[in-house]
Amino acid sequence: MEQLKTLGRELAMGSHGQSKEFLDLIKSIGEARSKAEEDRIVLREIETLKRRINDADTPKRKMKEYIIRLLYVEMLGHDASFGYIHAVKMTHDDALLLKRTGYLAVTLFLSDDHDLIILIVNTIQKDLASDNYLVVCAALNAVCRLINEETIPAVLPRVVDLLNHSKDAVRKKAVMALHRFYQKSPSSVSHLLSNFRKRLCDNDPGVMGASLCPLFNLVSDDANSYKDLVVSFVNILKQVAEHRLPKTYDYHQMPAPFIQIKMLKILALLGSGDKQASGHMYTVLGDIIRKSDSMTNIGNAVLYECICCVASIYPNSKLLEAAADVIAKFLKSDSHNLKYMGIDALGRLIKLSPHIAEQHQLAVIDCLEDPDDSLKRKTFELLYKMTKSSNVEVIVDRMIDYMISISDDHYKTYIASRCVELAEQFAPSNHWFIQTMNKVFEHAGDLVNIKVADNLMRLIAEGFGEDDDAADSQLRSSAVESYLRIIGEPKLPSVFLQLICWVLGEYGTADGKYSASYISGKLCDIAEAYSNDENVKAYAISALMKIYAFEVAARRKVDILPECQSLIEDLLASNSTDLQQRAYELQALIGLGAEAVETIMPRDASCEDIEVDKNLSFLNEYVQQSLERGARSYIPEDERTGMGNMNNFRSQDHNESLQHGLRFEAYEVPKAPMQPKAAPVSFASSSDIVPVPEALSSRETHHISSVGSISEAGSSELKLRLDGVQKKWGRPTYSSSASSASDSYSTSQKPTNGATQVDGATAVNSKVRDSYDSRKTQVDITPEKQKLAASLFGGSTKPEKRSSTSHKVPKSNAADGAQGSKAAVVPNEVAVEKTIHQPPPPDLLDLGESAVTTAPSSVDPFQQLEGLYDPSISSGIADNVGATTNATDIMGLYSESTGSGSYSIPVSGNNANLLSELSNAPVKATSGETITTPLPQSIKGPNAKDSLDKDALVRQMGVNPSSQNPNLFSDLLG
Amino acid sequence: MGIRFVLMVNKQGQTRLAQYYEYLTLEERRALEGEIVRKCLARNEQQCSFVEHRNYKIVYRRYASLFFLVGVDDDENELAILEFIHLLVETMDRHFGNVCELDIMFHLEKAHFMLEEMVMNGCVVETNKSNILTPIQLMDKTS
Repeated sequence: MEQLKTLGRELAMGSHGQSKEFLDLIKSIGEARSKAEEDRIVLREIETLKRRINDADTPKRKMKEYIIRLLYVEMLGHDASFGYIHAVKMTHDDALLLKRTGYLAVTLFLSDDHDLIILIVNTIQKDLASDNYLVVCAALNAVCRLINEETIPAVLPRVVDLLNHSKDAVRKKAVMALHRFYQKSPSSVSHLLSNFRKRLCDNDPGVMGASLCPLFNLVSDDANSYKDLVVSFVNILKQVAEHRLPKTYDYHQMPAPFIQIKMLKILALLGSGDKQASGHMYTVLGDIIRKSDSMTNIGNAVLYECICCVASIYPNSKLLEAAADVIAKFLKSDSHNLKYMGIDALGRLIKLSPHIAEQHQLAVIDCLEDPDDSLKRKTFELLYKMTKSSNVEVIVDRMIDYMISISDDHYKTYIASRCVELAEQFAPSNHWFIQTMNKVFEHAGDLVNIKVADNLMRLIAEGFGEDDDAADSQLRSSAVESYLRIIGEPKLPSVFLQLICWVLGEYGTADGKYSASYISGKLCDIAEAYSNDENVKAYAISALMKIYAFEVAARRKVDILPECQSLIEDLLASNSTDLQQRAYELQALIGLGAEAVETIMPRDASCEDIEVDKNLSFLNEYVQQSLERGARSYIPEDERTGMGNMNNFRSQDHNESLQHGLRFEAYEVPKAPMQPKAAPVSFASSSDIVPVPEALSSRETHHISSVGSISEAGSSELKLRLDGVQKKWGRPTYSSSASSASDSYSTSQKPTNGATQVDGATAVNSKVRDSYDSRKTQVDITPEKQKLAASLFGGSTKPEKRSSTSHKVPKSNAADGAQGSKAAVVPNEVAVEKTIHQPPPPDLLDLGESAVTTAPSSVDPFQQLEGLYDPSISSGIADNVGATTNATDIMGLYSESTGSGSYSIPVSGNNANLLSELSNAPVKATSGETITTPLPQSIKGPNAKDSLDKDALVRQMGVNPSSQNPNLFSDLLG
Repeated sequence: MGIRFVLMVNKQGQTRLAQYYEYLTLEERRALEGEIVRKCLARNEQQCSFVEHRNYKIVYRRYASLFFLVGVDDDENELAILEFIHLLVETMDRHFGNVCELDIMFHLEKAHFMLEEMVMNGCVVETNKSNILTPIQLMDKTS
């Protein structure tokens, strides 16, 4: 049966004039059961094609088949470049189908900088001038794919002419070609941008829809220049939403949803931060949200885009509320797709109305714990947006757990950087920060930015930034301890090891808990275990040097462990000059007296500034003496290497070039002699972790005595590079008083979050259960989830209140009862907190309770807000009305052909107009008979009956809008 | 730019149609298709139809044995892309009549033509089925 069906298909296919050979090929590819088998078939096919395609008298139709076989070869991952030229040739063909196939193949094969393109540009130019509009369309398709910056001028004038072509299909593609040019090289079409505005008012909705694509780009590049279009966009969107476009644009009963979505995207950009522009949009947005059918995917797609728009433009409380309702619907849905969209939308809205997350906390946690990775990641994205110092610990812990569990490096890097960012911004304590960073480094160390390690080292070195030495040293001890613990783990990332070495060297022996020999033993272990990582070794040896230096300075006897000794000896003979130098420095340092060592390598001085005498004035005496003894004076390097000559030469050159008209500039690459100067510096900064702020050129260091060079190098070890490193963590952004408050807050809250809160929660739970549950019929919420919810969202009540007072409280909430009481919670809690001044443990269940306690107090702010708010919206509406009349005027200016004056996207009545225009087209085409007979009948199919039959079949097969997922492809192979 | 590529892949992971709106070399395409297909085919019906992969977001939809995968930018409306896929399928269905994998295989160029009408420069430009199919039908008639 199965075979019979295939056979039937094949017979049907065969009637299209495809050869047996082609059918066999397709069939064998279709039946291939493995990639290897498929590869064998394709390789055999390549051989066949190579043999035959160059045959000069291949019939054209056969050639088209070969080209399609080439498409298969490339599609299945093999090189078909041997046949490219034939595809190019096919674009020259006169037969439309062959030409278009040729263009298709070329666009699929070639990048826009391929050498063969030059052979096609001429053909494209010719085709753009064709009388047959389908040829023009085919050429415009190719223009969009193949024309690059250099070839734009060759086709630009023609494309611009085509913007006024009588065929809408041509105008549409011309708009897109121009769009392409704008993408490729904005300057090439900068004088033509007004054309996009004109096409926005095109008679044909297809052209109008296409013009939205370039306009979207233009608006996102420079919104201010397009503010005048807001009213037009709103107007068109309104017409579209009111179903004024032809029914053929409908999709599942939705009027032109893709156009609506594009418009909403543009409006979102135009209204962002612009109160006046946003004012025009409120009504139409509200209408669309109200009208959109939330039962279909496409309806939800439009709704989602509305939310994005509402979240982007100047906030309007009514719309925010409507958006929140839609989000609630999304999140409550069983469909993962809708949940995903809901979470995303929530993330957009949360900045504007932080309270909306609360009613969805359980849904959010469900999504977070869902096994579906996509949903989980989206939820992390949301959590990232709502992180505050009160919930940062929970969120970052979750992120890290997830980070550890995945293997996708791309996302791992991403989420690691998110963790770092959050930890740096909101860390409740330095201890926590270090622990968190350790985890990030341990599991994703090679993926995070090196700057993060620098930051962490700096934090450990600088401590709290306050004069609390005890806390600082405690922090360091705990860091040292944690690192000693972690060292044992296998395969630590290089960056992390470097960090560990640095900290151990600097603070390993600081608190006296660990002996120098213990720490140095550990450092040797690291250097040995990661012996092929030079950076780690360099850090390790420098750390050893510090440990020994501190010992010497403390007048203790330094006994170097045998393994350390052998490590140093290894490095003395190392291939890396950097390691060698470090080893020699170490040796030299140990031999010095205690006082000298103390000055060279003072203890805990990594934060001290190092004065670098760039003029090397301390050498003046020495230089003077040498000069007196008859030494030659120093000649600056550029003079020595003949730069001066070069300059002379060039000026000479210049004169000569005036005479001969020859250009010598190409030869002037005099940078070469400079290279050796720059090279060592860059080398040093790559291998040396903490470069001296102003890198000294290697030549200059040669002049310094050996002691000097040691001190130089030693100090460079001690100095952290602080310039350019952003000061990020916790403190600096806030005033110190605020931060201390938050600290005390977090400490007092910790226990409540942990143990006591559960009691509180259950107590409240029983009390409020009925009132709460009646509203939210969520079944079986596990205590863990509640706890998680409380820790995630609980903290949000506090800052949220702050913002809610400044933010407009949704006023219409007061109108409907149940909702109102819920919304009233927000101001209520402010009141509660103000009076009692003891924040209740934030908890997802205390919403209801506080609502009960102080209802009356909420009346005032509402009314005030109502007063504030109402006039603004009514004036907004008034504006809008005025604007619409305005808009028609503007449109009138643009609409050229229609005499009607008012803007018209062909409404059903207007269709006659369109048709007459269509029938006019062939008249214009003077060159005899062309294929262009686009009478309305021909649109549907070969003939009316056929198309009817087909339509009936289609409907039978279930492809009608009402069913969500028609049973397509039901008769597939296998 | 919106849409970065459109792929049709059967459930064995064999590519049936591939259209990229930015140039990738053969090797890059091969690698990308392999990774994406592996990722999407491993997902079950309940999971959402969106997958993040590198800097793409992939929206996919399955019809019988054929997967339609569309790679988009991050700021694209996923649900709309999902419906765009469906529109493409409906359009092919109208043209071929009860379209199936073999239709696409035997008329690869036509499937491409339809896509060319619907998407340009990575943007959805035409969603009107008769506008999409008219040029293709006219071409059929003359050849």
